Amino acid sequence: MKLSLGPLLYYWPRERIYDFYRDVEAMPVDIVYLGETVCSRRHELRAADWMDVGARLAGAGKEVVLSSAALIESEADLKTLRRLVENGRFAVEANDMGAAHLLARCAPGVPFVAGATLNIFNSRTLAVVRRLGASRWVIPPEMSRDTLAAVQHEQPLGMQTEALGYGRLPLAYSARCFTARHFNLQKDTCEFRCIDFPDGLEVRTREGHDLLALNGIQTQSAKVYNLVLDLAAVRATGVDVVRISPQAAGTADVVALFQDVVNDLLAADVALQRMRTHMPGESCNGFWHGRAGIEQVGT
Amino acid sequence: MAHGLDVTDKILELVCPAGGLPSLKAAVDHGADCVYAGFKDETNARNFTGLNFDDASLREGIRYAHARRVKVLLALNTYPTSANWARWTRAVDRAADFGADAIILADAGLMEYAAAAHPRLRLHLSVQASATNYEAINFYHEHFGIQRAVLPRVLSLAQVESVVANTPVEIEAFGFGGLCVMVEGRCALSAYVTGDGPNCTGACSPGKAVRWEQTPHGMETRVNGVLVDRFAEAERSGYPTLCKGRYDVAGQTYYAIEEPASLNALELLPELVRIGIKAIKIEGRQRSPAYVAQVTKIWRQAIDSCLRDRDAFRVAPACMAELNKVSEGQTHTLGAYNRPWK
Repeated sequence: MKLSLGPLLYYWPRERIYDFYRDVEAMPVDIVYLGETVCSRRHELRAADWMDVGARLAGAGKEVVLSSAALIESEADLKTLRRLVENGRFAVEANDMGAAHLLARCAPGVPFVAGATLNIFNSRTLAVVRRLGASRWVIPPEMSRDTLAAVQHEQPLGMQTEALGYGRLPLAYSARCFTARHFNLQKDTCEFRCIDFPDGLEVRTREGHDLLALNGIQTQSAKVYNLVLDLAAVRATGVDVVRISPQAAGTADVVALFQDVVNDLLAADVALQRMRTHMPGESCNGFWHGRAGIEQVGT
Repeated sequence: MAHGLDVTDKILELVCPAGGLPSLKAAVDHGADCVYAGFKDETNARNFTGLNFDDASLREGIRYAHARRVKVLLALNTYPTSANWARWTRAVDRAADFGADAIILADAGLMEYAAAAHPRLRLHLSVQASATNYEAINFYHEHFGIQRAVLPRVLSLAQVESVVANTPVEIEAFGFGGLCVMVEGRCALSAYVTGDGPNCTGACSPGKAVRWEQTPHGMETRVNGVLVDRFAEAERSGYPTLCKGRYDVAGQTYYAIEEPASLNALELLPELVRIGIKAIKIEGRQRSPAYVAQVTKIWRQAIDSCLRDRDAFRVAPACMAELNKVSEGQTHTLGAYNRPWK
């Protein structure tokens, strides 16, 4: 079972992003997803900068994949998407069916990754994206072990399966920017306030319970999805790649702890205990167990 | 069997919700060109107790509508899993057998099934497919022959115009009703808190998870125990969905995501006609037959007036007031159609 590092979902300052990816070169991950997937207005790194980061990571032996935006609305978004599809060097993760369509048409024969927002819940739909050229698919965050097992039973040949194993869950996308809304700003003149929230902006109920994290147009769980206790079942359900989503603190340690558990060098409950100092919220794994995502099964 | 009604006979169709037979009849009687409906299970995104159609009521509904030259569209717009796949294909087969004029789908695998099993049955792309751009819409057209797409409620009017100009697929836009602030099909908030969500079980904030409680702090609404809102005495409490709660963000308590308000694009009708929108969708299968009758009647008059003379079209204040009365939160917004909202 391989480990991947998902795309950075937050807007960090340029130097912080560069520092982070210099550290990634030494992390025990096999695959690194790069690029801005949340908001087209974010620009600390431009497309060419991401290509440079990718080149360095490829030089360090990582499989590099460029992730497309989850929400493609405007002609400018499509232009960015077409450039990504035709980058000519790295594989692409399609996070919108329009991206999968363009990849099949403009880069035929080049394998791509079918992202979690394609909503693949059954083997018939998986076969459709396989025919388009996908060689790996990422399960939707809300997919349970049992639902995945049923897909794997009839999985088309030559597909790898990837599942999120760590990170705040991307739960929803909107046209509206909720970080800008918090500051009474419009999206078009947002002053890029999300740069001040490297793990998102926490939303609590009026009883003080952590509920959500606002990350621009993306709404995340406040809790951190964490399948470290479930890795044996994850492997047994035919997951080839476990994804770690970067959080502001301790991503390198979290990756190392996951790798140790995968290699049977460390007990999962000990790993979870050590991760707790880095996690921006409590852990949850309910989706994997077919329950409300917010729940934690096992300790 | 595809029904024989000509589906391209109107410049702009009014598509109205039918949560049950009384609503279907109300929509038909008050001027809908199409009604949309679902079966009583998780194959559609309004899977609520007491709503939707069994086989007998659907047959009767289709008979009633077709006798008055109104089309019936069946929403089968949730995502089947490999474990429950057969329930969705059976629903497709039943819709075809009963003579539905089109089925509204979100899942690509199910579209493939429908296109192969019922080649004469019209396919519409559901808003739940999250197709916000013409490349995505054209994908479903080229692979499965979809003839119409319903746009998620996230695009500005200019973006809608660009989609219409770049696809052979008819475009249906939301005109009125409850407003999903999230991209439909890309929202797992309800699943996160309750285990049930629109994508797989067809229910956002399912009734069994919802509680209203009168407390010393005021009326509280909860979803699976999570406090969504608390209302002062003079405030009206609405049905709690997670995106429309009042929460604490960095010490401020406010509607962190969206106020309860309905989308109302009535004043944009001339623009929607000008850019080539083919159908206007009214949201609200969970609402009463009286709501359906009222909203259908007002939009029927408005569309007829707009098609008679686009330049002279004005929204009557009385119509706006009537629509506000049935709006969530008794207020309305142009939503994403109006760029500053975004």
